[in-house]
Amino acid sequence: MSENQTNSDKIVAIPLKHPWRWVSAALIVLFLALFIYSLVASPNVNHDIISQFLFNPKIIQAAGLTVLLTVISMTIGAALATLLAIMKLSANPVLKMVATAYIGFFRGTPLLLQIVFWGYLGIIYPTLGLGVPFTDIVWFSAPTSAVLTSTVAGVIALSMNEAAYAAEIVRAGILSVDDGQTEAAKSLGMSNGYTLRRIVLPQAMRVIIPPMGNEFISMLKNTSLLQVLAVMELYARTSQISAQNLAQVELLVVAGFWYLVMTSILSWPQSYLERKYGRGFSATSERKRWLSMGSKASA
Amino acid sequence: MIPMLEAKGVQKRFGSNHVLKGIDLTIQAGQVLCLLGPSGSGKSTFLRCINHLEVINAGRISVDGELMGFRQHGDKLYEMKPSAIAAQRGEIGMVFQRFNLFPNLTAIENIIEAPVGIKKINKNQAIERAKELLASVGLSDKADHYPSQLSGGQQQRVAIARALAMDPKLMLFDEPTSALDPELVGDVLEVMRNLAKSGMTMIVVTHEIGFAREVADQVVFMDDGLVVESGTPAEVIDNPRNARTKAFIESVL
Ligand SMILES: Nc1ncnc2c1ncn2[C@@H]1O[C@H](COP(=O)(O)OP(=O)(O)O)[C@@H](O)[C@H]1O
Ligand SMILES: [Mg+2]
Repeated sequence: MSENQTNSDKIVAIPLKHPWRWVSAALIVLFLALFIYSLVASPNVNHDIISQFLFNPKIIQAAGLTVLLTVISMTIGAALATLLAIMKLSANPVLKMVATAYIGFFRGTPLLLQIVFWGYLGIIYPTLGLGVPFTDIVWFSAPTSAVLTSTVAGVIALSMNEAAYAAEIVRAGILSVDDGQTEAAKSLGMSNGYTLRRIVLPQAMRVIIPPMGNEFISMLKNTSLLQVLAVMELYARTSQISAQNLAQVELLVVAGFWYLVMTSILSWPQSYLERKYGRGFSATSERKRWLSMGSKASA
Repeated sequence: MIPMLEAKGVQKRFGSNHVLKGIDLTIQAGQVLCLLGPSGSGKSTFLRCINHLEVINAGRISVDGELMGFRQHGDKLYEMKPSAIAAQRGEIGMVFQRFNLFPNLTAIENIIEAPVGIKKINKNQAIERAKELLASVGLSDKADHYPSQLSGGQQQRVAIARALAMDPKLMLFDEPTSALDPELVGDVLEVMRNLAKSGMTMIVVTHEIGFAREVADQVVFMDDGLVVESGTPAEVIDNPRNARTKAFIESVL
């Protein structure tokens, strides 16, 4: 064994210690424990009512409706958002202006106001129909309340509002794709539509998905606003029950529990999609590896 | 004989910036033209005008006898519909300085995307052809690698294979080796040399004077949006008549 080796064997690399991470984590755990204890121990919270309603079929059904409303509104919203993003990026000044005005309007007014508006549409237009204006030709006509049920009105309100927010996310995603990609696609004879669908959007997804995950969670929570239209989603159902049995806090706990369960489950498809669209982008995986190494070193 | 490419009086402006001031060029099928010129002289713009990535302001460009991007009625030219332009572009391959491979697709997926999606070639057939092309650029073992897992030189060779998969009549190379580390340049030039030998018609913008001297049938020196001098490599590279050509050749040798 050489002198040199003995020396280098003695040198131990000690990673930087992060004592404040431990202190802050301990403090957070402590406060959380105290809060849960206060709820459990409180004589004002009736635990029997919580466990009675936690798995009540009506509650489960309402949670199911919440998920359904979320998925439908999000799907329509995302499709509309893509259209708006493309309009806003197009060279056509009219399309650009329409998209900008739409986004400005739906982001500039409260969601609750929009929901109530769609609910009241029947007052402005008592019948809805399809025909040629200013003639007697009518192919189809029905009372607004029959077509635009409160659930439909709610879905429209949520989708159209979501489209305005998600449009900017999709636009940022499209802009994140290098111009060289479009150039190469065009030089291979791809049309604009094909290039967008097969080359640009799949790459834009990498940038779009993380904020869209956020939007999904916001949407799930925003469905509770449909209570004002008496759509029997989770929040409406729990407040209807608590109006009868006066166990407001207990039913809030029940609702909160299910919202948490649903938002937690939603993060699973997100990480799947992030992996799928991250294919081939080594820079990100490189960065992730670096980040995880950093946290491992501190653990 | 109909030339593979014929450019007449091609002009291009970006606002007040008059980039191409009337370019005349002719290339016969199977020939290699090397385009030299200082940075900013309009070489890339000219290549992009050929496949209508830029719309020209005056003049005309014909590929294999067919007017690019426009239809003629009487003495007026009308721009074609996007679908017709896309079809014309499919017959001209282009290789970029920055490779521009699709990063979310593997090498072989990059190659088959346009043949399968645009030309509607049977996928298995396209894969077979893609494998042959990968072999011809010396990358048989990299079919399932993503661009980020390949060196610059390997990426550029995949990009060449991708362009060739559309069976182009004409290949455009815009400084294909300028973004490469010096030791990787040789492999790419070797692929281009073989392609030239196989009879492909090529326009190559390059600063590789050695390659131009060896492979080119015609060398064109461009400066400030005009063709300053053109001829055989022996004429333009070894005995330039114009002072600007001479200065440029000396600066890159
Ligand atoms: N899309 C564009 N918009 C505006 N100006 C451009 C554009 N593309 C190129 N130019 C200008 O055209 C001139 C020639 O550029 P380019 O064709 O790239 O030259 P080269 O390839 O010979 O270096 C430059 O002055 C450049 O700024
Ligand atoms: Mg250039």
